[in-house]
Amino acid sequence: MRVRIEGGEVTEVALDIYEPPRFFEAFLRGRDFAEAIDITSRICGICPVAYQMSAVTAMESLCGVEVGGQLRALRRLLYCGEWIESHALHVFMLHAPDFLGYAGAVEMAREHPAIVADALKLKKAGNEVMRVVGGREVHPINLRVGGLHRVPRKAELATLVEGLKRAREIALGAVTLTATLDFPDYEQDFELVALSAPGEYPIDRGRVVSDAGLDIAAADYMTHFVESHVPWSHALHSQRTNGSTYVVGPLARFATSYDELTALAREAAAGVGLRSPEHNPFRSIVVRCVELVHAVDEALALIAAYEEPDAPAIEVTPRAGVGHGVSEAPRGLLYHRYEIDAEGTILDAVIVPPTSQNQTAIEADLRGVIERSLELPDAELSIRCEQTIRNYDPCISCATHFLKLDIERV
Amino acid sequence: MSAAARRRPKLAVWKFSSCDGCQLSLLDCEDELLTLAGEVEIAYFPEATSATVAGPYDLSLVEGSITTAADRERIQKVRRVSRRLVTIGACATAGGIQALRNFADVDDFIALVYAQPEYISTLATSTPICEHVAVDFELHGCPIDKRQLLEVIGAQLAGRRPQIATTSVCMECKRRGTVCVTVARGTPCLGPVTHAGCGAICPSYNRGCYGCFGPMETPNVGALTRQMRGLDATETVIDHLFHTFNASAEPFAGAGSHGD
Repeated sequence: MRVRIEGGEVTEVALDIYEPPRFFEAFLRGRDFAEAIDITSRICGICPVAYQMSAVTAMESLCGVEVGGQLRALRRLLYCGEWIESHALHVFMLHAPDFLGYAGAVEMAREHPAIVADALKLKKAGNEVMRVVGGREVHPINLRVGGLHRVPRKAELATLVEGLKRAREIALGAVTLTATLDFPDYEQDFELVALSAPGEYPIDRGRVVSDAGLDIAAADYMTHFVESHVPWSHALHSQRTNGSTYVVGPLARFATSYDELTALAREAAAGVGLRSPEHNPFRSIVVRCVELVHAVDEALALIAAYEEPDAPAIEVTPRAGVGHGVSEAPRGLLYHRYEIDAEGTILDAVIVPPTSQNQTAIEADLRGVIERSLELPDAELSIRCEQTIRNYDPCISCATHFLKLDIERV
Repeated sequence: MSAAARRRPKLAVWKFSSCDGCQLSLLDCEDELLTLAGEVEIAYFPEATSATVAGPYDLSLVEGSITTAADRERIQKVRRVSRRLVTIGACATAGGIQALRNFADVDDFIALVYAQPEYISTLATSTPICEHVAVDFELHGCPIDKRQLLEVIGAQLAGRRPQIATTSVCMECKRRGTVCVTVARGTPCLGPVTHAGCGAICPSYNRGCYGCFGPMETPNVGALTRQMRGLDATETVIDHLFHTFNASAEPFAGAGSHGD
């Protein structure tokens, strides 16, 4: 990352995402529409279900199919598992150690063994959901166009309940714990963009809405948002088509769908004085913990209401056209667009991950945070910058402890 | 740090072009992670800690494939500071799904994905780590299996050979009593030629194996291809099965229409 400071003013912030390009959108061409699920999953080992769900939703909407009932409930349960696993990883292995001055969870465990042991139990509860419903924790194998390959028995899901109940207690404790952290005084007023669907917290589907009044179908996404390619990064930068900066992720969901959190999650937020909307990105760690409560709570409700469906999937016949799929990865809205022919062969693919949508806001936050912290020595400034990036839980390769800060003070 | 702690073997985890899922498998060892951290010194693992200890390292785990000139240099440095080097996952052992570029023109790929191709620096191919440096052990999978990962770490540190089966996924199906999806349903399945290790997950979920653990030792790819043709699988289906997550690994690379 390069920063240029001239006479007390930050004149340049450039965050270079080094991740070598892998060309998913290119090699998806010529593939069968059913293959996009397992292929796009490999974009991210931390949130594979998000890629699978956005892909499968796009293909199903393209073919005029909507998966509902218990099949959808199972997919949502799988997605809750990913939220739990991913949020727990981010909160306790990366973000909380930042705030508390530890290099990582292992270092934190030396002084806070109980907290880290609990965090690992919470993470494991999410991973167990993914293993049972999805077949494995990383790159699950059970999603298919039209439903799932195999539906779990009630008895299989029952094995998850005890771990999830314990996880719910741990998540509630995490809200209280993270709320007491020392947050830098920093607020942003970027537009907050998330999915929204009546009667549910946004996870697997919805319209694209914002706190500034945006309310569009997924199919209109590309007329309202545009990706551009900057010279200093392999990650594309997204903006609203009018050029303004926006943010996706927990803060956005919390702002636009607060009322859809479970009562327990809302009580947990209220109990620590967290109000919607929250504009301090450093407080996203508390919002993530509230979402952990929600995800565990909802997973338990889905399991309690589960009845084995008659068939694991409905038949889907491909047809020529364009389809759009959106879902909420733990780190924010993930958009897929596919064009296929009548045989189901993919002709074109566009994937807009949450991290490229947040990239512009991350750089703006870095500029804002550095301007408020110019007196810090470079080493401390570097840590503060890492923390600022981590607020967004960016896809792991840029989330981790990578930052090499080049500061030029003129 | 105590003298005892200083004697712990030093573990490093390196990332090249990948999705991070294989190194995540280490953090997914929730029940073993803190014990492991007591047995080894986690000396370099940016996904888990910002603390770094200088090399050399007793054991390096390498995730990801080589796709840039800078990474081609970096893997040499990693090898130099590593007493033992183990590659983890399909990217590191076979070039990964991004090796699909090896069968195309990378400039076409760049132009398709990026508005400003001149900003992109990449190699024309995605290659496994073993094409660049000596590798002490390869652990297959997309993603790897975390129990196998713990076995490999334990074995490397104890100086013994890891007990990793070199048989096929078929054997794992038989062992867990899963009905054969090919025999019972006529589903194309790479189980007979795919390296064991996952525990035969896909057939237990009523789908055919898609080969994410790559080819087993001496697989009979030709016989399986004929078998799949007999099931009326199209050449495209057969090609795609072989050419996805381990597309560049022989003999998958030469299977299907690539071999005709």
